[in-house]
Amino acid sequence: MIEQYLYLAAILFTIGAIGVMVRRNALVAFMSVELMLNAANLALVAFAWHHGSFDGQVATFFVMVVAAAEVVVGLAIIVSIYKTRRSTSVDNANLLNQ
Amino acid sequence: MTVEWRAIAPVLLVLIAAILGILAEAVVPRAQRFFAQVFLTVASIVVAGVLLVTNWRAGLGGPVAMGSMMLDAPTYFMWGALLVFGLISILVFAERELNGGVSAFAASAATVPGSRAEAEASAARLEHTEVFPLALFALGGMMVFPASADLITMFVALEVLSLPLYLMCGMARRRRLLSQEAALKYFLLGAFSSAFFLFGVALLYGYAGSFDLSAIATAVQNPTMGSGVLYAGMGLLAVGLLFKVGVVPFHNWTPDVYMGAPTPVTGFMAICTKLAAVGATLRVFYVALSGERWSWQPLLAVLVVATMVVGAVWGLTQTDIKRTLAYSSIAHAGFIMTAVVGAYAGSPTSPLDSVGSALFYLVVYGLASVGAFAVITMVRNASGEANAIASWSGLGRTSPLLAGIFALFMLSFTGIPLTAGFIGKWAVFAAAWRGGFEWLVIVAVLLSLVAAVFYLRIIVVMFFGEPVDGVVVGRASAFTWLPIAVAAIGVAVLGVFPGPVLDLATAASTFLR
Repeated sequence: MIEQYLYLAAILFTIGAIGVMVRRNALVAFMSVELMLNAANLALVAFAWHHGSFDGQVATFFVMVVAAAEVVVGLAIIVSIYKTRRSTSVDNANLLNQ
Repeated sequence: MTVEWRAIAPVLLVLIAAILGILAEAVVPRAQRFFAQVFLTVASIVVAGVLLVTNWRAGLGGPVAMGSMMLDAPTYFMWGALLVFGLISILVFAERELNGGVSAFAASAATVPGSRAEAEASAARLEHTEVFPLALFALGGMMVFPASADLITMFVALEVLSLPLYLMCGMARRRRLLSQEAALKYFLLGAFSSAFFLFGVALLYGYAGSFDLSAIATAVQNPTMGSGVLYAGMGLLAVGLLFKVGVVPFHNWTPDVYMGAPTPVTGFMAICTKLAAVGATLRVFYVALSGERWSWQPLLAVLVVATMVVGAVWGLTQTDIKRTLAYSSIAHAGFIMTAVVGAYAGSPTSPLDSVGSALFYLVVYGLASVGAFAVITMVRNASGEANAIASWSGLGRTSPLLAGIFALFMLSFTGIPLTAGFIGKWAVFAAAWRGGFEWLVIVAVLLSLVAAVFYLRIIVVMFFGEPVDGVVVGRASAFTWLPIAVAAIGVAVLGVFPGPVLDLATAASTFLR
């Protein structure tokens, strides 16, 4: 039973990871990171159920709070970049590589 | 359920000071804010240091805060080192003389670069004094990170240390486009790597049924589940940790972020982040996963070789001094990790084990690093810092003292005898050698010879080149000179009398489980 949850979590995590690597829009890349965090949440809850302990469930609350804090910081950075360049494409952010 | 307030007082004090700093932003008048923030920051770090020493003398230790942190000898050493390096690198943040009376941070980070709003903010001489509380939050996270006894505390600490750093990277006063870009890159890659870290945490929790590092160690000895989950969890967790250390192939952010971030922030990140990350890596691999030593040692050894190659070889081709030092930091991450790979446990005749030697190396690397980045803030032209290596040409003639001190730091990075860097390299290589990784030590020595070329090239440019027009050494206040002096004296003294600090590092080598 636990395997199915884990496969789903692994699939979501992989979709997120591929999203970060192939999408050029910083916002979409960031959404993909959130998907990865939620995949980890699913795995945590599934394991908590498997072990019959609350630790994993409590951990997901920590993850949610951390993810919310990350959104605050991330959007601040992405919005300031957007205001400067009128674009959130990570391909345009290449001044440092020249 | 008790919380040992006294034992965790140093961390609490730093975090409370950070919260008070946020409050000060709201209530202290603008004119006094800068002084108030600097005072609060310096005072809290100094008092935290005093508390740390009294706790250490009183012999406090063991699991604290309901078992979420482990106050053992390595923790004491790392907290002490973090407070010292935090203090001297945050002092550089307070430098205002170099920029004509304002700090090195953007007048208003929310304004668009080149816009009228930015010009007005600069004309009004606004300053972001929020960098001080942000630095304190980061420092608090860095202290909890390597002290965590369970993986959830470690994850939260990882984010507490990372989030303020992302913001601080984007707050440079000059070259704001580069700075914002550095913040974006650091943020996206950092969030990506912490997602890997978290999935690794979830899998290890599933494997062991607990987040405790010691419970994971027990589960590794007496498995109840297939080892696939363990290996996947271990690998994903390692991605998150090694990203922060800056090990190849997770190093890509380092050059861009080191180059784009305001130089005082780069100095802070270069040592404090590395110290916290290496400490947490040591704790995870030595406490939770020591039973799987035979499976992670060879893999890590391969990554370490790649790290040293990339750091040393790519460093040769750089023309920007901050970028060169970024590749140098990658190479040094490799040198530190040779000791981690060795996993040498110490013996009565040669008690300096892998943990102690890695910690000692971090101290040595940190001194030279903080000093070098502080020197970089002082070499300037009309548009701010002159970071091209070519513009450092002839600095040895125009400003022999500063060039001499910078040369000392470069020699220490190289590992020339009579500088601290030599003792550090000797310690980590000895630990790797005794741990049975002789081939890795030979590779590391060869690559440190390669890395020596780019350090020596900088010295040659400084002392044998023709001075460049328009490049001057700015008149800095004690906020820059004090860290440089501490670093220079530290590097010189540790090169000749490493005994006391080596003894401390040797004593700080056993993780409690």
